[in-house]
Amino acid sequence: MDQENPKDNLGVAGATVNWLNTNIGTITNEKGWFTIPFKKEYKKLVISYIGYKTDTLIIRDLTPIHHFITIQNELKGITIRSKRDAVQKSLFATANTFTVNNDELLKAACCNLAESFETNPSIDVSFSDALTGTRQIQMLGLKSPYLQIMQENIPSIRGAAQAFGLTFTPGTWVESIQITKGAGSVVNGFESISGQINAELVKPFSDNKFFLNTYSSLNGRLELNTHFNRRVSEKWQSGLYIHGNYRGEKFDKNKDNFIDVPLANQINVMNRWQYTDAQNGWVSFINIRFLNDEKQTGEINFNPTLDKGNTDSWGSEIDTKRFETSLKLGYVFPEIPYQSVGLQLAYSNHRQDSYFGLNVYDIKHESLYSNLLFNSIIGDTRSKFKTGINFTYDKYNELVNTTNYKRKENSLGIFFEYAFDNLEDFSLTAGVRVDTHNLLGTFITPRLHLRYAPWENGVFRASAGRGKRSANIFAENQQLFASSRKIDIDAVDGNIYGLNPEIAWNYGVSYLQKFNLFNKKGDITFDFYRTDFSNQVVVDWENPQAVSFYNLNGKSIANNFQLELNYELAKNLNLRTAFKYFDISTDYKTGKLQKPLQPNNRFFANISYETATKDNGAQWKLDFTFNNIGEQRLPDTATNPTQYQLPINSERYSLLNSQITKVFSNTFEIYAGVENFTNVQQVNPILGSENPFGPNFDSTIVYSPIFGRAIYAGLRFKIK
Amino acid sequence: MKKVIFIFSLFFIGFSAQAQEIKTVKKKKNAKVAFKVDGICGMCKKRIEIAALKTKGVKFAIWDVKTHQINLILDERKASLNTVKQNIANVGHDVENFIATDEAYSSVHPCCKYRDSEIMLDHEGELKKKKN
Repeated sequence: MDQENPKDNLGVAGATVNWLNTNIGTITNEKGWFTIPFKKEYKKLVISYIGYKTDTLIIRDLTPIHHFITIQNELKGITIRSKRDAVQKSLFATANTFTVNNDELLKAACCNLAESFETNPSIDVSFSDALTGTRQIQMLGLKSPYLQIMQENIPSIRGAAQAFGLTFTPGTWVESIQITKGAGSVVNGFESISGQINAELVKPFSDNKFFLNTYSSLNGRLELNTHFNRRVSEKWQSGLYIHGNYRGEKFDKNKDNFIDVPLANQINVMNRWQYTDAQNGWVSFINIRFLNDEKQTGEINFNPTLDKGNTDSWGSEIDTKRFETSLKLGYVFPEIPYQSVGLQLAYSNHRQDSYFGLNVYDIKHESLYSNLLFNSIIGDTRSKFKTGINFTYDKYNELVNTTNYKRKENSLGIFFEYAFDNLEDFSLTAGVRVDTHNLLGTFITPRLHLRYAPWENGVFRASAGRGKRSANIFAENQQLFASSRKIDIDAVDGNIYGLNPEIAWNYGVSYLQKFNLFNKKGDITFDFYRTDFSNQVVVDWENPQAVSFYNLNGKSIANNFQLELNYELAKNLNLRTAFKYFDISTDYKTGKLQKPLQPNNRFFANISYETATKDNGAQWKLDFTFNNIGEQRLPDTATNPTQYQLPINSERYSLLNSQITKVFSNTFEIYAGVENFTNVQQVNPILGSENPFGPNFDSTIVYSPIFGRAIYAGLRFKIK
Repeated sequence: MKKVIFIFSLFFIGFSAQAQEIKTVKKKKNAKVAFKVDGICGMCKKRIEIAALKTKGVKFAIWDVKTHQINLILDERKASLNTVKQNIANVGHDVENFIATDEAYSSVHPCCKYRDSEIMLDHEGELKKKKN
């Protein structure tokens, strides 16, 4: 009988019963009953069933046996004490994927998702403009619109949320991040081009009962995070997560009369419900989330109520409201553990109202995503497949100064992904999807990943795939509104702002070798990826008076090479280094050019040290991150008056960040850190800042930090 | 009317009886089977599972290092349990009534020599270390 379910008096059917070390056995019938031949020398009776703990009974006589078996709880598996790496690189995954877990996320004071990649060499973080302080991420030399960013496998940072979306997920909500380089999976859509990032959020079931984090930095930023998780019933768990951040002080360290970091105010609330019924194979998540974010930036004496819409003083406000809800439902066939059905439904309503000086930009974006997928095997578990159908709907309504842009997108797609793994040295994932989209047409998206392990601890990977997307030219490039540039769209009768969709192929090869040198673990990775656009919406801001959007006519190629070396220098002392080289060129109307503000190379190093943990969890943690950023080509300013001209390239510079954490016990820890230790600052981040309504005002050419050294401190308190 | 219901129920009973009969005789498409296989480590696990999965009709195989039990899901119409056991023995692992030949046993990696008590002890140490 099932221990958990004795009431209905039903036994477990199909359980195996046999005498230890013999082949005399039987299987329980539909009522869970069994009879078994008995001999005196048989003493131990073994009862086993998949999904239950195997029990051995000692039998002395022939009285009937009534035995309860217990469900095997997967969470109670063997605990392995060998320390899990903060970044896990797998030898077995087919795609070039690695997982960044919570330990790594704590290495920097990452207040939100945008900041959580600073200790990661595969992702480059840069600033989008001199005003909002928004961090942008890049992979393989391509900006985030070309990455598919998902929250628990539901595409999330897209459309209107593209520019600031990463700052809308607080760091403490993130449980782990999975990063896939190159072509992604076809399961989540056709949009990803250079990679996929999936953020798993903390789950009510496994997160701390209570968690509190506060953060304060000398540049006036205050943050507060609290999590409450509770068990509502045997099967329901609920979590409430509240985040707030605030910056109320104005700083102008570089004396350009503009505040260096915006005034900010964010409230972010999420409520999660988790349903687990392991016995019958059901799992479900329900999420509801609301966000209100307000930013103000501009001249130091800018007063929104007096100066908005006139030229007394230059300022900008960006107000965002977002509501989202999602439902995930999963069913694993209890009799057949390799077969499952999943349903994902998500709705979001995003609204941004903003102005940048006299430029007005408002966007409303409503989005619906649904995905129904089925997982099973062909023959045996070495050959698996995922197949399904998904439907998405997006409604955009934008106001750009006085022009209104409206568009609706809907698409229906089916996909099939086959995965083969011989469990030894070879595996492959091949996926294809067919979508029919009202603006992009009907098209096929193929993607392929291969893995081959020629020898022990070494693995060779290759991938290729296609991606297609509609570029949200304003939402993705809204920093350009904070300049006196005129907007020019070279429409060609396409469906999206008169432009055609972007299409690109991505190819990559990668080799990973793990090694043991002087009895210490290490690994080395070589990556080469190439993205080849067959069509792109080129953002051309080589004329300092204008920004033009037009379809690619010629070639646009992004090549990226990365060499990464990780090594444990001594016990608890780890080194991570990487060198990256980029060659990203696009054929502009005026000729072939390297992508502006793209470092031609980057060197990265991170050293982390931890003292041994005491019984109560007490320890010290120390972390240094060093970045050396190569020359960047600056957008052409040759036609500007001499005082507004910039050099052709920016100079190399280095950045150093550091953090120290003192863990007092498993419940309490404090941390302090310094960002930009050496106080590197861009001398003149805003061109024409003395005349912001004049023809040469431009806050978009940012190639190094604007705010100098920043010191912060915080604490974390948790109750399991 | 009563008669009609009676006939219907007769039919129904007849059907369900027949259905049940078929079920017991019919070979199951997703039969669950478990038995013991001798082995000691993660390498053994891989070898045992691959040998089981390579047998036609075996859909799912998981071998537990600690309990030595293999859990299978197989299509009884295609696979016989004895074939699976034989195939596992052929790669060098002892199964009840299917003892691996010395030749097959000698083909396993030196660290997997489960018949050697010293090597077994070595692995037990490992398991303990992991547990603590």
